[in-house]
Amino acid sequence: MTDSYLNLANGTLKPVFKKLGLPQPAILRRYRPGSPLTVGPVLVVSDDASAADADAVAKVLTGWDVDVRRSPETADGERFGAVVLVLTGAETPAAVSAPVLTVAGTLRRLAGNGRVVTVSRAVADGDAPVLAATRGGVEGLVRSLGKELRGGSTANGIQLTGDAAVDSASAVATLRFFLSAKSAYVDGQLLPVGPSDAAGPVDWEAPLAGQVAVVTGAARGIGAAIARTMARDGAKVVVIDVPPAGESLATVANEIGGVALQLDITADDAADKILAATKPLGGLDILVHNAGITRDKLLANMTADKWDPVIAVNLTAQLQINERLLAAGVEGLRIVSLASTTGLAGNRGQTNYGYTKAGVIANAAAGAPVLAATGGTTNAVAPGWIETEMTAKVPALTRTVARRMPSLGQGGLPVDIAEAISFLASGPAAGINGQTLRVCGQHMVGK
Amino acid sequence: MSTTPAPVPSTREAVIIGGNRIPFSRAGKKYVRTSNQDMFTAALEGLVARFGLQGERLGEVVGGAVLKHSKNFNLVRESVLGSSLAPTTPAYDVQQACATGLEAAIAVTNKIKLGQIESAIAGGTDTVSDAPIVVSDRLRAALLDANHAKTTGAKVKALLQIRPKDLAPATPSTGEPRTHLSMGEHQAITTAKWGISREAQDEIAFNSHQNLARAWESGFFDDLVTPYKGLTRDDNLRADTSLEKLAKLRPVFGAKLDDAATMTAGNSTPLTDGASAVLFASREWAEERELPILAKFVDAETAAVDFVHGHEGLLMAPVAAVPRLLARQGLTLEDIDFFEIHEAFASTVLTTLAAWEDEEYCRTELGLDGAFGKVDRSRLNVNGSSLAAGHPFAATGGRIIATAAKLVSAKARETGQPARALISVCAAGGLGAVALVESV
Repeated sequence: MTDSYLNLANGTLKPVFKKLGLPQPAILRRYRPGSPLTVGPVLVVSDDASAADADAVAKVLTGWDVDVRRSPETADGERFGAVVLVLTGAETPAAVSAPVLTVAGTLRRLAGNGRVVTVSRAVADGDAPVLAATRGGVEGLVRSLGKELRGGSTANGIQLTGDAAVDSASAVATLRFFLSAKSAYVDGQLLPVGPSDAAGPVDWEAPLAGQVAVVTGAARGIGAAIARTMARDGAKVVVIDVPPAGESLATVANEIGGVALQLDITADDAADKILAATKPLGGLDILVHNAGITRDKLLANMTADKWDPVIAVNLTAQLQINERLLAAGVEGLRIVSLASTTGLAGNRGQTNYGYTKAGVIANAAAGAPVLAATGGTTNAVAPGWIETEMTAKVPALTRTVARRMPSLGQGGLPVDIAEAISFLASGPAAGINGQTLRVCGQHMVGK
Repeated sequence: MSTTPAPVPSTREAVIIGGNRIPFSRAGKKYVRTSNQDMFTAALEGLVARFGLQGERLGEVVGGAVLKHSKNFNLVRESVLGSSLAPTTPAYDVQQACATGLEAAIAVTNKIKLGQIESAIAGGTDTVSDAPIVVSDRLRAALLDANHAKTTGAKVKALLQIRPKDLAPATPSTGEPRTHLSMGEHQAITTAKWGISREAQDEIAFNSHQNLARAWESGFFDDLVTPYKGLTRDDNLRADTSLEKLAKLRPVFGAKLDDAATMTAGNSTPLTDGASAVLFASREWAEERELPILAKFVDAETAAVDFVHGHEGLLMAPVAAVPRLLARQGLTLEDIDFFEIHEAFASTVLTTLAAWEDEEYCRTELGLDGAFGKVDRSRLNVNGSSLAAGHPFAATGGRIIATAAKLVSAKARETGQPARALISVCAAGGLGAVALVESV
């Protein structure tokens, strides 16, 4: 569905929109293989206690051939592509002041589609109140800054947990994701990143090379975008959808050199069929639970034929498949499930859908230690308003409001969800487990 | 029987990996203005997607169409070029009327067995909705004369031969060129000769619909059919039909015969559009890719009958082919777990079964010592056949082979014993092709 407002506001009428004070959503920069990581030089700032970590971050960036700056001074007219604020060592709110104000002074020199990324430590059980306040405060900073930035720029934060190092594989991969155009529609989010191996060499153009991925609900929309993105990232993909969707499913499979599996995921033998389909490709590595349906109804009018299928497809099917795959001895499985901002904030008329999506989020959190024990991870991605065939059917007024609500002032694209999922499923993201990452343009609902 | 060659033990196996077809559609419905090439390409694309064959160079793709435009002279090769297979995959067309698909399978499996190729797709496609329209012979002659004429005057003179009535196109016909009888009228003669009742024919039709509907409901076709142009199931299927409804239909064939006409639109196969494709390979090729092996394509036999002089019924050739095939394999009808007998008409199946049970016929016509045997009806077309699914001529062979392979595979897994399916397809011209498929 074309967002005509977005096109108008970025067309010849752009000055008029500005003069009238109308919202001005930007054209977001999206990932293209081979294009530069950021749109300009990257400034790394920190408080004094975090200097060593800031150096480590700068070293990582330099390794990616990024133009790294350690001072906010720039040549006339030059704009930063990103600012990385390292606060890992800060122990009091006072220590945060100086680096934050340094960042403040650079924001007017942040390029369109720029990035602000904080690197801090998550609040942990047993933290002294002052330390907890210092660390916890970063969340409010990031979320507020996300709402302030314009021109397609975003603010996101890495929250290191446990003894995760800033230059560990997962911290580095997350930093790269937040800096890159792959996170175009991720804004105002803090992602907890746990310990992982030391960062090794990664083929960032093909982070899923040699992996076998399964994507459910892949015949169209977000599922098809996930399949395409994972194939682009080097994975062999088995695409799954219900038999009646087989024609477009086959088209997707043939486009990406994958395998089409016509399957009702609620069937008892779904896990067996998935294992059989992935066997010729070398076994199952990544499972994306994308298939989902809606049967919207106010709870006051709810009937079993609206409630039960939503629960069966969106939640029970994936619980059963996960359980059977683990029982079958699948190891190192990387699971990513589709949640929704509805699962976080609720949505009128979607008690059934909301139940399943909140369930997905809880399942990812609870499943984390189970998967970790087998060398795998389980995470969720919560899309906000995404432009798909499904949302194109929403009434025009609701659609317009939904598009302007997020900080980025527009709906996201299926590929935005796909990029986040491919990132979470990639090898270096192994330290991210049990999390739900919102891809919502900082939609104004829920946390 | 002395002419039947002994099996050659030195060849290797040809295995069936899987099949794909598009849902079959009654003529003039979903696939109107969809060409044979479109449909066969779609069947190939679904098969490629199912087994991840994109960019793969297969040994050969062989198939055909019965009703074929002259522009489709290289139909199968053109379909391959329009598919995701490697363009270096060779292809050729075959045509043996309704046995086209099965004959294509026989051709490719023989090459696999001989070691000439490692992998192949066999199939077929047919459309009645996009059938070639032929101009009248007089118009064609005039146009050809004009084309060959050297002067303008001669061209004009040639064209002036054309009369308004010559402009009417020749109606496409499924009539036999030598008898000018339609297939239905031919079968009506055979039906009357064997005294096949209306009730018995309606029962075959009813079972076909019931069995096909159950197979669809159980998900049997989830990995055998890829939807096409919005059609997700065979639209000829009448899950709600009943013997009462079938009994009410008016006979359409055999009205001019002395006996009461018994063949109706309900117990005769309708004209249908569709396409199918089956993936075959050597065992080594399949194992190397860890692709599933459903069954092996063991052996096949073709036969023909003299229907022109009325000695035998047009669609009775498989009656002769099956005993020859089973004798060669040292098998009897009792050894067969699934009988896949193409339902051109319900009565074709019934006259075939009746002939095998008739001692006199088997002795005089088939050269056997006595009756060939009885087919266990509970093993007959257990997941439906052409009466319910429809019959796009060249696509039927592929539909049956894939179904048979899946059936024997499941049965063998369930019982731990080898399972066999016998495939029998009758065809215009008094032809018939039969084949034996066995679990691995």
